[in-house]
Amino acid sequence: MEDKVLMKGNEAIAEAAIRGGCRAFFGYPITPQNEIPEYMSVRMPEVGGVFIQSESEVAAINMVYGAGGTGVRAMTSSSSPGISLKQEGISYICGAEIPCVIVNMVRSGPGLGGIQPAQCDYFQAVKGGGHGDYKMLVYGPNSVQECMDLMYNAFDKAFEYRIPVMILGDGMLGQIMEPVTLPPMKDMSKDIRPDWATDGTRFGKQHRVINSLYIQPDELEAVNHKLFAKYDLMAEKETMCEEYLCEDAEIVLTAYGTVARIVKSAVDMLREQGHKVGMIRPITLFPFPTANYEKIANMSNVKEIMSIELSMGQMIEDVKLSVNGKKPVKFYGRCGGNVMTAEDIVAEVLKEEK
Amino acid sequence: MAKVTMNKALCKSCGLCVTACPKQIIKISTTDMNNKGYFVAEVIDMEKCIGCAFCATMCPDCVIEVEK
Amino acid sequence: MKKVFEKPKMLTDVPFHYCPGCSHGIVHRMVASAIDKLNAEKVIGVAPVGCAVFAYDYFNCDMQEAAHGRAPAVATGIKRTNPDAIVFAYQGDGDLASIGMAEIVHAAARSENITVIFINNAIYGMTGGQMAPTTMIGQKATTCQQGRSVELNGYPIHVSEMLAQLQGPCYIERVSTHDVKHVKQAEKAIDRAFRNQAEGKGFSLVEVLSSCPTNWGKNPLDAMKWVEEEMCKIYPLGVFKDTAKEEK
Repeated sequence: MEDKVLMKGNEAIAEAAIRGGCRAFFGYPITPQNEIPEYMSVRMPEVGGVFIQSESEVAAINMVYGAGGTGVRAMTSSSSPGISLKQEGISYICGAEIPCVIVNMVRSGPGLGGIQPAQCDYFQAVKGGGHGDYKMLVYGPNSVQECMDLMYNAFDKAFEYRIPVMILGDGMLGQIMEPVTLPPMKDMSKDIRPDWATDGTRFGKQHRVINSLYIQPDELEAVNHKLFAKYDLMAEKETMCEEYLCEDAEIVLTAYGTVARIVKSAVDMLREQGHKVGMIRPITLFPFPTANYEKIANMSNVKEIMSIELSMGQMIEDVKLSVNGKKPVKFYGRCGGNVMTAEDIVAEVLKEEK
Repeated sequence: MAKVTMNKALCKSCGLCVTACPKQIIKISTTDMNNKGYFVAEVIDMEKCIGCAFCATMCPDCVIEVEK
Repeated sequence: MKKVFEKPKMLTDVPFHYCPGCSHGIVHRMVASAIDKLNAEKVIGVAPVGCAVFAYDYFNCDMQEAAHGRAPAVATGIKRTNPDAIVFAYQGDGDLASIGMAEIVHAAARSENITVIFINNAIYGMTGGQMAPTTMIGQKATTCQQGRSVELNGYPIHVSEMLAQLQGPCYIERVSTHDVKHVKQAEKAIDRAFRNQAEGKGFSLVEVLSSCPTNWGKNPLDAMKWVEEEMCKIYPLGVFKDTAKEEK
């Protein structure tokens, strides 16, 4: 039997990052993700890594820029208002193509908002967030184990594509405790830096520059196209999606992250009552699993799709774009830090069936 | 005996070398213009150069090399 | 005959884009020559936003271009993960003393083992002559066209004096570029600031009073005179912190 450990989502992310080769963490306290920097402050020195509690989120993301630019596996974590502060740095990181990982344990907003779980940063995460044309690889895990699994390989993806990877969780996922299987430590003993990294070596190579400034319009346009070619490749190779009982479903519910867990329970309850209901859950929020939604929209048994979110309706826009008018797309959401129950969802679906 | 070599192409005619020279042997040319459109600094009496490199010390564009 | 003065190896062949008589070129040369003297195997520089934004083209070492004001944070990330490299940040007054004030103060307080070169020319150069946090009372700029007034704009910030109050920094000195004697003193200070890092002593910052002939509306010679007569009066030169001396 595999060894299982009981861990909070936040702790699992921190441990998975270490095991996935992270050797530098820069962060600033904000609820509800404080377990990540706290865990890192203890764990990072044990593996010979760097931990700094920075003076601000702005400084933290720029420390990630510096360390990541030298080819080191560096990350930061925060929650909504803190992620807003990091947007400047994230834009520069995307422009300069620096691999790194950013965790957002989303809380409700806007403004200072509240500290309870929400999914109101979906737009910010998948549409860019800061200035300029850019995207990140965005994961929306739904369990502590999935946090661990996605985080464990996040740096490999970040370095493969030279992009930031964002783990988009929420306050609930960060705080919930579940049994997890720990992956083995990745071997980081050989300090091999990529051929673009500004590792400082002076002799035997051209000097390298990490930069996002392009004064010539043609040059910058080429950079924009290069970035988007990368995103197209990601869409082809990295898109992840879960479909649950959709084959004969008349109503397909869609949700991501922890909400998808509640939706799954609702689907089971509805199935027990004889209703043909299924669920589709994007695991990568960018690239969005458009093809899966297209397929569902084209199924003759499917009458309607309903997006269920902890927001006023954000992911629903991508769902509608994917469904492309083929089927009606309804919405049910709670916000302000309120979380719907499975019974609430069942009631919403039954309203549709009338 | 000392020698000042100027990489004229880089000169921007600022004149900081002119005032720095203790022997007052540098002036801005009124005829010699580089590709940037600047009249360049030139040494008018190399015999008097003492190789102090004050001109090069003040030059913001690394125009000047000094030998002694 | 042998060469007594030549362009440092740490500078590339790319010609500086700076205006005629601008001190940036002098300071670039001094920084490059200080690094040449260290003969370091690994060097990583951080360029600012401002006139020196293209510094990554001029220094012959790996460089990172930071967001406005963030160079000390970027340098911190680099140095902590690459402790065997010489890491420097090159910043202007808008970058360091205005938008990047938090980053420089905390890098200094943590005594990050980096070298910071701070160009103070009392104006925003790149954007076209706006008021800087170091613009002096009465000094004209495009956003204070009657001269900086205390009522409207408050007082200029004395960065060296302020940072010297912190326990963290190892070495803080203000130097000038207005004549040969002062450039030579500046050279010594910059050498020292890099040597401190090589010796693992912690945070060093050299504030360099510099000219901006274009945005001051002066010719290069008058601009240097203005540094000497006006700036040095408000921003006195000298060593503000030196832990090596304090220990003696």
